[in-house]
Amino acid sequence: MEDVWSVAAGVFQVWMFVVLFLIMLPAMFGLSLGVTGVYIQILVKILEWATVRIQRGQQEQPSVPIPLPNGIIERAEGSMEEELEQLRSSRSLAGGEFALSDVFYFYKNGLESIVDDQVTQRFSSEELASWNLLTRTNQNFRYISLRLTVIWGLGVFIRYGVLFPLRLMLAIIGLTWLVLGTTLVGCLSESSVKNWLSELVHLTCYRICARGLSATITYHNKENRPQKGGICVANHTTPIDVVILANDGCYAMVGQVHGGLLGVIQRSMLRSCPHVWFERSEMRDRHAVTSRLRAHVAAKTKLPILIFPEGTCINNTSVMMFKKGSFEIGGTIYPVTIKYDPRFGDAFWNSSKFNMVSYLLRMMTSWAIVVNVWYLPPMTIQEGEDAAQFANRVKSAIAHQGGLLDLAWDGGLKRGKVKDSFKEEQQKMYSSIIVGHNRLGSEQGCGDVPEEQ
Amino acid sequence: MGSSSSNMNHIPNAQELMQETGFSAAHLLRLYERFEFLDRDGKGELSPDDFEAVRELALNPIGGRIIEAFFPQGQETVDFASFVRVLAHFRPNDPNRKDGAQQDQANSRTRKLKFAFQLYDQDRDGKISRNELLQVLRAMLGIQVTEEQLQSIAERAIQEADLDRDGAISFDEFKKSLEKVNIDHKMSVRFLK
Repeated sequence: MEDVWSVAAGVFQVWMFVVLFLIMLPAMFGLSLGVTGVYIQILVKILEWATVRIQRGQQEQPSVPIPLPNGIIERAEGSMEEELEQLRSSRSLAGGEFALSDVFYFYKNGLESIVDDQVTQRFSSEELASWNLLTRTNQNFRYISLRLTVIWGLGVFIRYGVLFPLRLMLAIIGLTWLVLGTTLVGCLSESSVKNWLSELVHLTCYRICARGLSATITYHNKENRPQKGGICVANHTTPIDVVILANDGCYAMVGQVHGGLLGVIQRSMLRSCPHVWFERSEMRDRHAVTSRLRAHVAAKTKLPILIFPEGTCINNTSVMMFKKGSFEIGGTIYPVTIKYDPRFGDAFWNSSKFNMVSYLLRMMTSWAIVVNVWYLPPMTIQEGEDAAQFANRVKSAIAHQGGLLDLAWDGGLKRGKVKDSFKEEQQKMYSSIIVGHNRLGSEQGCGDVPEEQ
Repeated sequence: MGSSSSNMNHIPNAQELMQETGFSAAHLLRLYERFEFLDRDGKGELSPDDFEAVRELALNPIGGRIIEAFFPQGQETVDFASFVRVLAHFRPNDPNRKDGAQQDQANSRTRKLKFAFQLYDQDRDGKISRNELLQVLRAMLGIQVTEEQLQSIAERAIQEADLDRDGAISFDEFKKSLEKVNIDHKMSVRFLK
């Protein structure tokens, strides 16, 4: 009996040693022992081998249908005008400008949307071209070979048995240290020492948390890093975005005041450096929100604000409409693109499917989180541009850098319905094609037609 | 959509469906995944609400009519087989398909035209009346045109197509007026191989 205890004690001591000296201390100083790098390289090799093996297996078993990676249909690319032109070019337009065949354009469009639409798919996880040996991404990848199954089994054991407890412990240590550290620093009086200490505490905690997810982050163009008094905007995929960005600099967070554990963290963070937390009621008052943020930015010595203008999590294949509120505050905007590598773990938080806790558990049992962060050159609003146009400009820059699709749709559609005004747009376009051309048409009712733009 | 594991065994009557509609196994599987994705409460059937959840469909002026095409004769739900059968109308014509008479296939020109005809002919009496045409026009144009303009457009369209002067467009007249249109191209959704 005592042997078991002493063995357990020995294991525990080794464990603590590993955690403390090999992970925590390097994290404090921003060093890396390169273990994660090696791990990622091994993983890449294994996944490449698995991909090849699966493809071979699929060719050998013709009865198994090969999944189509790029969507099921090819959509017609033409605009409404072009398509209707083509539909009508086969008959003369002697009389009315409306043709019975016009309806085909809308019909085909509608059916294409039913089979595969650009928007609804952004609110669920991205599909992988090939299986990455996680059960959760297994769609129709059947038993191919014994070796593959063994590796998968080994993967399960390593992820759940070895990595998960380690990561969980790191996350707990990281968060506890954040609360304690910021509270301690908050006891000091305002001084540059306090700011320096606060930054150190924040950075250390976020680094530990990042280790707690086996995150490998590559920062590009660090010379464009957000400066004090600026506003940092980024595309939003998951709450972990905050951890990813905060590993390389300190930001003032913006968000709603929560209760519970998150509330404790928020309050303690507030003690050491000024973040901007809003009450629920304040969030509705856009004017109040804007003025508070403006005050923060105007004091040029405060940390840059971190804002996610999409307003909700999107699945990292596209960037959706940026809400213009963040762009009305003034100040310099520092755009940042965050791109996750989906092979190692699906970072997207599908809040309708998973709550925060199960999401974090999934994160901690993935292979790893591999991220690329690009700092883009700062942008300011230009003459004759309004906030919405500026927002679109920034959005395009971010989408372009990360190879993401630039969509004009509103991320709020995740929870809400499409407004009728969109349908009216389509009706307007169609009517200008029919009625707009109706100058030479019949004389009935033409005289009282209001001018179509 | 990416985390469910589905395979051909989940699809009821997969082989028959493939025969009937001409979809390949890979396409059928994809459509099944899409069906499951749209079926948010996992009932195994789709209701009109599920279609309305497709964001892009909501901005289509005749979106409502398209949804109705899936629910003939007052049915309230549609199962996977019916879903696929409707979509099969929009498969491009395969000239190589030798089995069965060309005219019987779901995606033949006549069947496609018949399908489009039913979009107009809501009461299924075999004729597009002036009223039915007006309804479709109203849907496509909304408040962008006046009632008079709508009437005149409808009047012109009927005059053009109505060859026997009975004030309505029958299916044959419909076919005749569209004989130059490349139906196969314009009423097909291009499914990737």
